[in-house]
Amino acid sequence: MARLPRVIRALFEPMLAITLSLIVLTALLAVSGYSVSAALTALWHGAFGSWSVIASGTLVRATPLLFAGLAVTVAFRAGILNIGAEGQLLAGAAAATAVSVTISPTLGIAGVALALVVGGAAGGMWAGIAAVLRQRFGVLEVISTIMLNVIMLHLTGLLVRGPLQEGTGTFPQSALIDPALRLPRIFPGTRLHVGVALAVLSALGLAWVLRHTAQGFRLRMTGANPRAAASAGGIGVARVAMSAFIASGAIAGLGGAVEVTGVTFALYENLSPGYGYTAIAVALLARLNPMAAIGSAVVFGALEAGAAAMQREAEVPAGMVGVAEACVILVLLASEWIGARAGRWSTLFRGGPPSKHVSELSPTSDQP
Amino acid sequence: MSALADFLDASVRSATPLLLAAIGETVSERSGVINVGLEGTIIVGCLAGLAAATIVGPTAALAAAGIAGLLLALIFAIIAIWLGAEQIIAGTAITMMGLGLTGTLYRVLYGDAGAALSAPTMAPIGVPLLQDLPLIGGAFFRQPLPTYLAIALVPAVWWWLNRTHSGLAIRATGENPAAARASGISPRRVQTAGALFGGLCGGLAGGTLVLAQVGTFAEGMSAGRGFIAIAIVALGRWSPVGAAIAALFFGMASALQFLFQSLELKLPYQVFLALPYALTLLALAFARGRYRAPAALGARIGTADIT
Repeated sequence: MARLPRVIRALFEPMLAITLSLIVLTALLAVSGYSVSAALTALWHGAFGSWSVIASGTLVRATPLLFAGLAVTVAFRAGILNIGAEGQLLAGAAAATAVSVTISPTLGIAGVALALVVGGAAGGMWAGIAAVLRQRFGVLEVISTIMLNVIMLHLTGLLVRGPLQEGTGTFPQSALIDPALRLPRIFPGTRLHVGVALAVLSALGLAWVLRHTAQGFRLRMTGANPRAAASAGGIGVARVAMSAFIASGAIAGLGGAVEVTGVTFALYENLSPGYGYTAIAVALLARLNPMAAIGSAVVFGALEAGAAAMQREAEVPAGMVGVAEACVILVLLASEWIGARAGRWSTLFRGGPPSKHVSELSPTSDQP
Repeated sequence: MSALADFLDASVRSATPLLLAAIGETVSERSGVINVGLEGTIIVGCLAGLAAATIVGPTAALAAAGIAGLLLALIFAIIAIWLGAEQIIAGTAITMMGLGLTGTLYRVLYGDAGAALSAPTMAPIGVPLLQDLPLIGGAFFRQPLPTYLAIALVPAVWWWLNRTHSGLAIRATGENPAAARASGISPRRVQTAGALFGGLCGGLAGGTLVLAQVGTFAEGMSAGRGFIAIAIVALGRWSPVGAAIAALFFGMASALQFLFQSLELKLPYQVFLALPYALTLLALAFARGRYRAPAALGARIGTADIT
């Protein structure tokens, strides 16, 4: 009896956020003079219209979002405000591309694995810069990760016009990765690749680490209350936060590596249409729960795939969906406040424990 | 000689919107509010400035840009200050919203071929005598209105923060909201005022970009200036004077590109685009001293942070 209401309550806020955002999207469409029904039909068809659209569109787009969303989840749970998933993802993509176009195609699947590992390491190192700046020099990670995002974007631009440019030297992109060094497709005829399974496995693995291991416990304690974790728990808060930061970057970097070896097969400047920023919405919609992030990534993957179709078929600017995504975040933040009060009321009426999701949803940043 | 004067002129021009945005963010952060939504605020100011300029002319349009920025900051203030949400996350959403909204509205208002649309821009105003000074005359004394506005704001905001009661309330709230409340200050009201001032200045920065420099709108034309402004605030150690120096430094870093081109040094342009950001990271790492961030920066009033 206690189980069902909890599930419903857990789903209530995300549903509310999605519904309200769709209402905002509809209102925006109407105000802007687009045909609402045509636009929403295109959105639906682009996201869930057929099996091949779900596999090649929604799920393919959900994959990098899930990786980046997990990266944000790890960081936020540890109390690190890593806004740098975008740059870390690009770092992983660039490093994986560099490996893939250099090594011999005869390596096959081992070569793919090598590219993924190097990509993850590159993402971790890119986050590591911000982690060191935070730990040693007290630079706010919010500022440093934003700076590093921009630097990595320009660095990618430099790479695809310089060292990594394709053979003819005409286009600002890298050479294509040899078919033998690409992630295998799951279903023939669709673009769905093994990377989606890797992303889901990462989510399951992360959920297990957070819930059942000592490291996960220390990470959660550090995020929930660093002072108590250090004094009462004897946890090396600085080290835990640093490792979580680097792990967060590594997950995002892996996402970038999967994107180049599974979808684009080449590095180019606009590889990521802001996956690292949408990832914040993915993580928040999942209330920083790695398992729930799977569903949340599919929601946003569908939204992005649908937006592309909406732009193609109904000529609605894709920026509209950015507004809807922002609304999801804002509504979630607002419902946190409403929920805290609703929790208090329900406590009055039912005598249950007070709602805790204020501290769960947004870990407090550790102020010195 | 002339190349150097041009370099200074380009530096001041690049620095102007950055300084406007950074001055506002300085006040906001001194009250304890970090608004990562500044990037969105600036781009909204850009579009509002363009739209208004086609109707009322550039000078009144600058005010419209400021008001647009203020309205976006109001959404941020409601979510982050009154509902006590995490400021960084709310700010990121505001930036996403600003970028998405302007991209959409621009196409709705002016269609896909809107690239040709141009707004009347403000002419430079020369200060008599001073504009003829060698080297610095053009850079500092023959500029459009927003540059003088930005320069005037530096001492004005310094005075406001350090020599007035409301400035004291802002600083007290940023350092210790609980103590501020005990002395009869409403931290939420002070922070709202700080955030709104930040939004106003951010909108003005966007308006400056369109109305005094580019003369048209392009999707994403804020190009990270909001983020640079936040870095400038930290680099300027949360002081308006420091922000002015840091903004000029950034302006020079961007203007280096033109100088190097005129000197025919061949370096990829991405190096110049990334350079200011890399220098900021270095400067933030090594420029530690007496000054530090306001103690309660980013803390959430009425939640677990401050009870």
